[in-house]
Amino acid sequence: MLPSRLYQILSAKKMRGSLWQLGQSITRRLAQADKNSVARRFYSADSELKKTVLYDFHVANGGKMVPFAGWSMPIQYKDSIMDSTLNCRENGSLFDVSHMCGLSLKGKDSVPFLEKLVIADVAGLAHGTGTLTVFTNEKGGTIDDSVITKVNGEHIYLVVNAGCRDKDLAHIEEHMKAFKAKGGDVSWHIHDERSLLALQGPLAAPTLQHLTKEDLSKIYFGGFRILDINGASCFLTRTGYTGEDGFEISVPSEHAVDLAKAILEKSEGKVRLTGLGARDSLRLEAGLCLYGNDMEQHITPVEAGLTWAIGKRRRAEGGFLGAEVILKQLADGPSIRRVGFFSSGPPPRSHSEIQDEKGTNIGEVTSGGFSPCLKRNIAMGYVKSGLHKAGTKVKIVIRGKANDGVITKLPFVPSKYYKPS
Amino acid sequence: MASRLLWASRVASYLRVSVSHRGFASGRSDPLFVKDLKYAESHEWVKVDGKTATVGITDHAQDHLGDVVYVELPDVGHSVTQGSGFGAVESVKATSDVYSPVSGKVVQVNEELNKSPGLVNTSPYEDGWIIKVEMSDTGEVKNLMDSEKYSKFCEEEDAKH
Repeated sequence: MLPSRLYQILSAKKMRGSLWQLGQSITRRLAQADKNSVARRFYSADSELKKTVLYDFHVANGGKMVPFAGWSMPIQYKDSIMDSTLNCRENGSLFDVSHMCGLSLKGKDSVPFLEKLVIADVAGLAHGTGTLTVFTNEKGGTIDDSVITKVNGEHIYLVVNAGCRDKDLAHIEEHMKAFKAKGGDVSWHIHDERSLLALQGPLAAPTLQHLTKEDLSKIYFGGFRILDINGASCFLTRTGYTGEDGFEISVPSEHAVDLAKAILEKSEGKVRLTGLGARDSLRLEAGLCLYGNDMEQHITPVEAGLTWAIGKRRRAEGGFLGAEVILKQLADGPSIRRVGFFSSGPPPRSHSEIQDEKGTNIGEVTSGGFSPCLKRNIAMGYVKSGLHKAGTKVKIVIRGKANDGVITKLPFVPSKYYKPS
Repeated sequence: MASRLLWASRVASYLRVSVSHRGFASGRSDPLFVKDLKYAESHEWVKVDGKTATVGITDHAQDHLGDVVYVELPDVGHSVTQGSGFGAVESVKATSDVYSPVSGKVVQVNEELNKSPGLVNTSPYEDGWIIKVEMSDTGEVKNLMDSEKYSKFCEEEDAKH
């Protein structure tokens, strides 16, 4: 199967910096080889880029549009990425994440079907609740991460990464065919008629409350409702990708622009449109994985630190792709683990080498940057088990120079999810 | 004459866009392009004073990079060659190599940038200078663009994307 464009870009080893930089007109010269690969993979495809229904709204609001996973998306608006990141934690952010793929599985066997593909205890989820999970492959590696919601026993709603859409849908379809051939009752609907907005930050709930009659204080982190928001029937999930309290709102596309405007207006301008640049800073500060960087085909959920997402019953029973590998890792411990770092010197970026204090290679950085909130360098990466404890001193090699680093607990910035007290 | 006016109006519209955007980041309203400087296609500027050249990155470059959080400086005495890298500028968004617009020996580096890398954003042509080079071939400056040519170059480059 062909990897998506996003995946290709993210795994191009020699690429300097992060994805956003590449889509941005790169004012700074890249090494010639990189420049060619960028041109091939990116600029040549500009004309084919898809637009969300909010495209004109972004441009009208000063959005700097860049290619991202086959879509033209705002990397930032008028605020700097630094200011945008801070404003999300202080007030709130509104993101257009319509490039992500919303999907419903329906039928009385939806739950057992999905359980063959993911590590979550879907059967054990209460109706109207959900969780972060991963789609695994036969080797226990990760095909994608996804937030899944059990609407009821015969309807699962999930959202997968834009860059993984094609391979995820092909994977689900292949298994669905086999499942149905054996008499299983499941079908899917891809929500291309809907757009997805993420409203995040301390003002998310008070702002959204102005636009719906439903009492949002009764919907906790991971909770889901189908409800009327600003006059449109929406799927509301209390989740996000920033570490803040907030929501993802799946809205019929014809109502998306009106809803975005209403949210900004009801917040009295405090919730601001926020682009992919700040979204990346926010999720890194929150210690959340970016698929293609921090999680890949060959990384298991145990190595990625997502053991908590493997339901207890699933640990006992298995029954998902790659379960043998994953259950063995649970018993024996993984050989590598995802950890966080603080470091001095230049900000680490993906593929920076990690060494122990003697200069021996012990791993690689998968995401890194300067934290706008903590005003210091933060990074995530994988190191050999045994060297993964918080407080372990390491060296991070950037442009040939070793810089001091220390392994630290995740998240870097405390999460503020809305949970029952 | 007509084409020259057209060019001027394009530059003006470009300036307005950039200035208003940058206003959010730093509240500055300096000119984007400084007349007496020479510019490289990789967006460094150089100010020539006899055999000494002061080097930094342009306002256009810092604007695209966003908040600069780290500047990697070479050692004094390091040799640089026109068109080859000598350091890097890191922003929240990205890492960028910095290329020397002239050849010679580094005689001074801007140590202030270790404490205040944001000077590259707030004062790219003055306090945010990066290195001073004793040039081995002052004739190389001829290969660089003047401000008029560079502003047009930036405009064309932005239009491409």
